[in-house]
Amino acid sequence: MNKRNIVVLIGGILFGFGLSYSGMTKQEIVLSFLQLKDLGLIFVLGGAALVGALAINILAKYLKKPVLNGQFKPRSRILSWKTIIGAIIFGVGWGLSGQCPGSAVASLGTGNLPVLLGIFAMFVGAYIKGLLDSR
Amino acid sequence: MIFMFPLGIEPYLVGGIIIGIGVAIIYLLTGLHATQSSFFTTTLSWFSKRKDFQKDKNIEERGWRLTLATGLIIGALIHTLTLSPIGFWTTSVQLWRLILGGLLVGFGTRLSSGCTSGHGISGLASLSKTSLYAVIVFMGIAIITANIVQLLGVSP
Repeated sequence: MNKRNIVVLIGGILFGFGLSYSGMTKQEIVLSFLQLKDLGLIFVLGGAALVGALAINILAKYLKKPVLNGQFKPRSRILSWKTIIGAIIFGVGWGLSGQCPGSAVASLGTGNLPVLLGIFAMFVGAYIKGLLDSR
Repeated sequence: MIFMFPLGIEPYLVGGIIIGIGVAIIYLLTGLHATQSSFFTTTLSWFSKRKDFQKDKNIEERGWRLTLATGLIIGALIHTLTLSPIGFWTTSVQLWRLILGGLLVGFGTRLSSGCTSGHGISGLASLSKTSLYAVIVFMGIAIITANIVQLLGVSP
């Protein structure tokens, strides 16, 4: 395994640990946020985005380029109808099931095997999207 | 405040900061954004010859994205075996909801070019307006959907 993938693995382990620590791997806890019974998810998203923002907007400026290789590029996407329609469809799926891509994959590590069906369905959904774009 | 946060704020805030540290380490050392929904498309490049999956970008990214997904599982496993108060656990959300919801999540996140980690964490951290709009839309729609499902008597 190259150095880059070792860093990705270590960062991913922290990411997955945090998802489990915060309860986001439990669809019930995500649903209790979406049903407005427990607003804690805001602190998960806010805490993660805040630390990420410090890294991307401040620490990266001091480093100038990534320690291993490559270059820094803040994440940017062009706003289009696809962004919004996609977000609407994702929102319906998230609200129905309490699953999102990262939390569903991490949830496997908590022994939550039924979520395998949800992940398989996410692959099918992504496949259909790719088929439509391949026409 | 207690009724808004019945489990307290600590697990949420600490968990979020740990997630952020993982994202920050990956970005500062490699320049990569640790986002999840692209994982489905890049992984499909091993299985489908269709041109949308065979784009150079997907081939280049599929290795580290699979590594990231593996890390997520290992990290959650470590937490479950150590600090978790309840250990291994299984959801009580109905299978039809996991499957139908999963389909919509897979399609929608790819159409939108981002999910809770892509638009939510990396996008907001990058101060992207596109991501801010996406987060407002998917969170608003998810709150409406979850409340409708609940009103229809489906639990949890």
